[in-house]
Amino acid sequence: MEAVLALAIGTLTASGLWLLFRPRTFQVVLGLCLLSYAVNLFIVAAGRLRTDAPPIVGKVAVDPAQYVDPVPQALVLTAIVISFATTALLLVVLLASRGLTGTDHVDGEEDDQ
Amino acid sequence: MNGWIHHLVIAPIVLPMMVCAVLLAFNERRRTLKRVLSLGTAAALVAISVALIWEVDSGRQTLPGTPHVYLLGNWPAPFGIVLVADRLSILMVLLSSVLGFTALFYAIARWDRSGPRFHVLFLLLLAGVNGAFLTGDVFNLFVFFEVLLAASYGLILHGAGEERTKASLQYITINIATSLLFLIGVAMIYAVTGTLNMADLATRVSRVPQEDLMLLEAGAAILGIAFLVKAGIWPLSFWLPRTYAAAAPPVGAVFAIMTKVGVYVILRLSSLLFGANSGEAAGFANNWLIWSGFATMAYGTLGILATRKLTGVAGHYVMVSSGTLLAAIGMGGGSLTAALLFYLASSTLAVGALYLIIEPVERNAGEDDMIAGIAEPVFDDEYTGALAEEENETGVVIPGTIAVLGGGFIFCSLLLAGLPPLSGFIAKFAIIDALFGGEAITPAAWILIALIILSGLATLISMTRAGIDLLWTPSEDSPPSLSVIEVAPIGLLLAACLALMIFAGPAYVYMEGTAAALSDRSVYIEAVRSVSRAGEARP
Repeated sequence: MEAVLALAIGTLTASGLWLLFRPRTFQVVLGLCLLSYAVNLFIVAAGRLRTDAPPIVGKVAVDPAQYVDPVPQALVLTAIVISFATTALLLVVLLASRGLTGTDHVDGEEDDQ
Repeated sequence: MNGWIHHLVIAPIVLPMMVCAVLLAFNERRRTLKRVLSLGTAAALVAISVALIWEVDSGRQTLPGTPHVYLLGNWPAPFGIVLVADRLSILMVLLSSVLGFTALFYAIARWDRSGPRFHVLFLLLLAGVNGAFLTGDVFNLFVFFEVLLAASYGLILHGAGEERTKASLQYITINIATSLLFLIGVAMIYAVTGTLNMADLATRVSRVPQEDLMLLEAGAAILGIAFLVKAGIWPLSFWLPRTYAAAAPPVGAVFAIMTKVGVYVILRLSSLLFGANSGEAAGFANNWLIWSGFATMAYGTLGILATRKLTGVAGHYVMVSSGTLLAAIGMGGGSLTAALLFYLASSTLAVGALYLIIEPVERNAGEDDMIAGIAEPVFDDEYTGALAEEENETGVVIPGTIAVLGGGFIFCSLLLAGLPPLSGFIAKFAIIDALFGGEAITPAAWILIALIILSGLATLISMTRAGIDLLWTPSEDSPPSLSVIEVAPIGLLLAACLALMIFAGPAYVYMEGTAAALSDRSVYIEAVRSVSRAGEARP
């Protein structure tokens, strides 16, 4: 399971980075999306991997070893919401830039090739 | 610390947010109402931060300088999120409030009309900045960073125009990528230490086992890179001059505090996590800070000399200022920390004043190409018509435009270059004096002294050149009108710098107290640990 998760994070990061350095704005946005997925998975992994363990402890005193760490799950939730919102904003700016400059290049002008 | 004064700590965050929500309810035609509300809020923020400084510094109910800790939602620390108002964070809140108030004041002259919802975004930015200064929790810091960044994305686009859109596209992309680095750093630190509370983190760092230390340092380094991008360190700063130059002047002025947010976090975390008594991890990355600070200063100095536009000078000066601060943080030491805090306050106010004065000066010289950026809105949302009723309420026009502008410009130049008699001189003098204060002067200290003097010289040359170009060249057109609303905030900022010079003694004592609190982190840790929940007896 660790290996699968590590591979998934690695693949997502690598593809995200590659897309981030592409010249087209839409590719950059997709790259940032993939990177944020990778980061979200990474945060979950930072709380140690557990399967079949609930994150919430009841009122009775119990052994915390039976439960998974709830903090990273809360962090991931926050991170997802924030990256969703900023991506939406970036899409709007992308459209504005396309409308104003007439190109979807990240610099607002084409390379002379 | 009872009663209402206790809740004052959260006011710099909650007040602007609440006013934001109220402002959203009114449409753009209720301009006067919006201006009164937002300017009133900004003024209240200044008053609140002064009251907090008074409260923390005099410490009427506790020892002077004891941090005020506020438990959000009354959850006990370190499980809940805490706000910590100590001398450093309150000083930063005061700086951002003063800068925010003056920039907002200036914006009322005309800039708040060049796009929708300026006041809402502006107050949101202030809330985010204040939150980042006050929070005592690393993940909460991330949230406030996102709040201030989200507001800054809107503000950088304020006024629309092609140049702003192009600059903001890159600015937003860089900041989203940086936020991801921030998250990776936070996750790694959490994985090693199991806590996100800064005070708790500080106690656990010294107990991190040897085999995990590398992981912790990697996490801290990734986190640090996120802040260094914000602070504009070379080579992560190529976005900065262009973005700041594209922003509307009041936005540029308030953005001057944003690089300082990065500097503040570096200062806070390096003193808490990697201070003298944190075991194996002590002094981590100090050399990196010093040398990248030097590189930033050198690059900024060259940029100041190379650029022709005043906005470029200001952008590169922001970098020089960040570089100086980071190098000084890397070198550490009590007297140097006090000096760098003084420099931080002085240079932030000076850059703010410079951003505000650039536009009237260039307008005076007839160089209108920069401010022509008030373009038609890209999207047909509800914001139409506000531009049509432009220029009919310039306010009181003051006589002697050239004299006022020239005087302000000279003051700004002196401040930035660090010449006597203004606070910029005292700040630089204090840093150099602190560097000479040690027993043996290291080569790095010599380099820092040389760079400080050289960057001051470069600023002076560049500002003189620009001043001759823009103010002395006779122009055929009659000088354009300059309203009191535009001059007053510049005057206020310069007066603040002047006050910093006149009351340099008390101000410096405060900075020394702050520096002492930073070098002795046990005060901070103890304040957070011993805080009692409301409704419970103090242990």
